Amino acid sequence: MNWEVIIKWLPRLAQGATLTLELVAIAVLAGLILAIPLGIARSSRHWYVRALPYGYIFFFRGTPLLVQLFLVYYGLAQFDAIRTSSLWPYLRDPFWCTVITMTLHTAAYIAEILRGALQAIPRGEIEAARALGMSRAKALFYIMLPRAARIGLPAYSNEVILMLKASALASTVTLLELTGMARTIIARTYLPVEIFFAAGLFYLLISFLMVRAFKLLERWLRVDACQGR
Amino acid sequence: MNIDLYGFGPALAAGALMTVKLALSALCLGLVLGLLGALAKTSPYKPLQWLGGTYSTLVRGVPELLWVLLIYFGTVSLMNRLGELLNIPDLELNAFAAGVIALGLCFGAYATEVFRGAILAIPKGHREAGIALGMSKARIFSRLILPQMWRIALPGLGNLFMILMKDTALVSVIGLEEIMRHSQIAVTVTKQPFTFYMVAAFIYLGLTILAMIGMHFMEKRAARGFARATS
Repeated sequence: MNWEVIIKWLPRLAQGATLTLELVAIAVLAGLILAIPLGIARSSRHWYVRALPYGYIFFFRGTPLLVQLFLVYYGLAQFDAIRTSSLWPYLRDPFWCTVITMTLHTAAYIAEILRGALQAIPRGEIEAARALGMSRAKALFYIMLPRAARIGLPAYSNEVILMLKASALASTVTLLELTGMARTIIARTYLPVEIFFAAGLFYLLISFLMVRAFKLLERWLRVDACQGR
Repeated sequence: MNIDLYGFGPALAAGALMTVKLALSALCLGLVLGLLGALAKTSPYKPLQWLGGTYSTLVRGVPELLWVLLIYFGTVSLMNRLGELLNIPDLELNAFAAGVIALGLCFGAYATEVFRGAILAIPKGHREAGIALGMSKARIFSRLILPQMWRIALPGLGNLFMILMKDTALVSVIGLEEIMRHSQIAVTVTKQPFTFYMVAAFIYLGLTILAMIGMHFMEKRAARGFARATS
């Protein structure tokens, strides 16, 4: 193991890690916002409301992220209508393509988590809210969503870690995030083991910190206090 | 709707076959690794526990793509040295072997946790009953624990297999000719990226549906004799 090389290239890897963090942060936050209406619609009682989110979730969970990424980055260019539209400067950029794909991808998973959480709320709590005279919408916003957020938080933290690892795929569309940076450095130094090892350590460190952060968030939201009924 | 594949249909079918082969091979390796990992993690010996724990944490904390790249590009010098030792020049890991090892490693790390949960879910009394009947340790495991573990672990393993199947797309990065790679080749020839990646997506969806149907029947078979709790 050649430690000097690792130390020499550490700043560049850290630079890649910031791009990774940026990608993941935008994707999981935008994905969460997108997932809330999706998840609510997915757990609807009416089949015609359920059908569309179900199809969306089925497609995005049933196909590899790599395929989705290539569909957005390479695939959209097939249509002249998109190439001449005002959105083209964004859809041509690998950064925005990756962010869009990761957001759409993670939204499907988070929507499914949210559905599970909404359905896991004890019936009595919803009935109590309705019995107090809350409207359906009010019960949803003040009782069900805050409750579902706490039930779904551990699963959401899993999803964030999975997205961290999925962000490595961005290197296939020329983005220089952690994995992309590692591959570039290897092309120059021909030392795959050392550099990939260092990149792996970065990923481990980031996921470790994320797990810690979510533990704190769980304590702050008092998740464990809700579990004992 | 009629999609013109420009004669790339057979190539895509061959790619799909390769994907299935890769997924099943990685599944076999992963199941073995997962079982060993779970046994190590639940064993009473501290070093073994540590080994199992390190394996599952380390592998799960690093992206699958990185494992694929690391195993493909990182083992070149190792294989060269091994080749010199065995007097086989140009010994190298081909893309398929590297893919199986990388995906099997990742599957195994997650399967470790699934199997461990299953082992812990088996009532202690069953093991004690085995001891009382004078069964050996190996026999208790193969006759009492393993068959029951299978039923409990199956849903979790099914999820992992779906993830594994989608992760096979990553192996296209090191040039294995599976669905994605064949689509990429078709795209460079026909300049129709959306069409071909969409076809690839639908092949993966079809494979996922097939796997779901297979899992349904396997779970049904594994749960025979167990009444499902009705709520």
